[in-house]
Amino acid sequence: MGKTIVEKIIGSHSDRELEAGQFTVADVDICLLQDGTGPLAVKRLQDIKMERAVRPERTVIFLDHASPSPRRELANDHSTLRAFSKKTGVCLSEVGEGVSHQIIAERYVNPGDLVVGADSHTCTAGAFGAFATGMGSTDVAVAIALGKTWLRVPESYLVRVTGEFQKAVYSKDLILHLIGTIGADGATYKALEFCGDAVERMGMPDRLTVSNMAVECGAKCGIFPSDDITRRYMEEMGRGDGFKEIVADSDARYEESIEIDLANLGPIISFPHTVDNTRPVEECRGIKIDQVSIGTCTNGRIEDFRIAAKILKGEERDRDTRLMITPASKAVYTRMVREGLLDIFLDAGAVINPPGCGPCVGVHQGILADGEKCLATQNRNFLGRMGNPDSKIFLSNPAVAAYTAIRGEISDPREVL
Amino acid sequence: MVLRGKAWKFGDGISTDHIAPGRLFHLRSNLPELAKHVMEDANPEFASKMEKGDFIVAGKNFGLGSSREHAPAIIKIAGVSAVLAKSFARIFFRNAINLGLPVLICDTDGIDEGDELEVDMSAGKIRDITKGMEIEFVPLPDIMVKILNDGGLLKHIEKHGGFGV
Ligand code: SF4
Repeated sequence: MGKTIVEKIIGSHSDRELEAGQFTVADVDICLLQDGTGPLAVKRLQDIKMERAVRPERTVIFLDHASPSPRRELANDHSTLRAFSKKTGVCLSEVGEGVSHQIIAERYVNPGDLVVGADSHTCTAGAFGAFATGMGSTDVAVAIALGKTWLRVPESYLVRVTGEFQKAVYSKDLILHLIGTIGADGATYKALEFCGDAVERMGMPDRLTVSNMAVECGAKCGIFPSDDITRRYMEEMGRGDGFKEIVADSDARYEESIEIDLANLGPIISFPHTVDNTRPVEECRGIKIDQVSIGTCTNGRIEDFRIAAKILKGEERDRDTRLMITPASKAVYTRMVREGLLDIFLDAGAVINPPGCGPCVGVHQGILADGEKCLATQNRNFLGRMGNPDSKIFLSNPAVAAYTAIRGEISDPREVL
Repeated sequence: MVLRGKAWKFGDGISTDHIAPGRLFHLRSNLPELAKHVMEDANPEFASKMEKGDFIVAGKNFGLGSSREHAPAIIKIAGVSAVLAKSFARIFFRNAINLGLPVLICDTDGIDEGDELEVDMSAGKIRDITKGMEIEFVPLPDIMVKILNDGGLLKHIEKHGGFGV
């Protein structure tokens, strides 16, 4: 019997061949912590006197969530993490470098890697043909100290995507559509494996957006086969050496198959307070929006800002709608500056946040007031997510977000693109 | 091990933002303080009114969202003896076991707020004393039973000098 991608990767990191449903203790290539989950992980290692890292050069701590620190307690957490990095030699990604998942994509992950991170969106790295999954602080602490973790090999769902993206429709809409169809628990404990002619043409930034949101339908990972597109992206990032081809066997066994034809897909909005509460944008027109946020590990890449800039060029935000722009990494920020996007955003009346998570998790940089509504390009709209349980969050692609900022209400960018 | 307490009922899709809101990020290194806010965005009265030993009883996909282990940690610190739900999100489930907090998958429809419950961990049974009914819960995989019985992942690792599987 042939193997799925996750069966192959988890098997190659264990001492035996594996198939879905089996348990194993597997070697871990990359571990990540961030400033929300890292301090607890460090404490766990101190508790068992194992402050060490088996692979320090591939263990990374990101100061991205509360960055720069908005208050004393969080500044102290950053100090704890800096000290741990000095003591153990693990890499530190400082304030201003950006969101973990973007930097893992730019600098660290190779196809075939096994990645665990104390952040639920660690699954983003699945875009490279890596098995990447989120865990808690204790699990990742143990993986750092022992270089291993325990896993149950997940069953896979094959998601076949065919056809061409229509105007103003992006991979964000594809993944919102999938989550809306199967539900927020529709793939719990499963691996999503993407294939089809649309996937073969899809660029890495789009794949990253899809893998990023796999966890929003409960999946353990969202994985793409690695191919020439992966290779070229890695070469552009100056690390083509790490490329290898990772594909499933043609007779691999899948628990379910899901077909999505892009010909029928328009821009999608997630309504509060769950990601799977999706509607086509045309049914949402006219909802007044107080704040638009473009950025995050889901849609904070240069490609996303180019889309937004195309719509915002020469325009201004609605006087009652604030616009937050948050690049996912310093590299993205630098390109925004070089390509002149920053001028477009500033002229449109935007606030530019430093690279990082921005207002996504409700810590700073754009907390909502009581009764306010926000349209964001992030991956979650849970009650209270952006710092106020008396506010509402809608999710969309960057084109809908940019056009909504101009109009002050949820609007369909197909009118202007 | 037999656990006893009252049921606190919650619906489907309780996220880690309901349990441990992101706006309290600065309390993450002060878990006893954060525990005073446990479940605040699902039921603001829960933290002040629950008693040690009580149960959280919920619907589908409990604990979805962020990987923050602080969520099950403060449920445990608050004194909740177990979480019963129709299903759990993957990371939350794993985190709870790692911390030694029992998480039980069962049909929770028949249980109402305030019901007196008794859970026999080794027999795999929940008794709703108020209703006089018995509910079975889905057994955990072996590795999770071992971790839970050792008192959580850290104790398991200390005891075996690694993964004892
Ligand atoms: S950008 Fe948002 S979803 Fe992504 S890692 Fe940061 S807080 Fe999490």
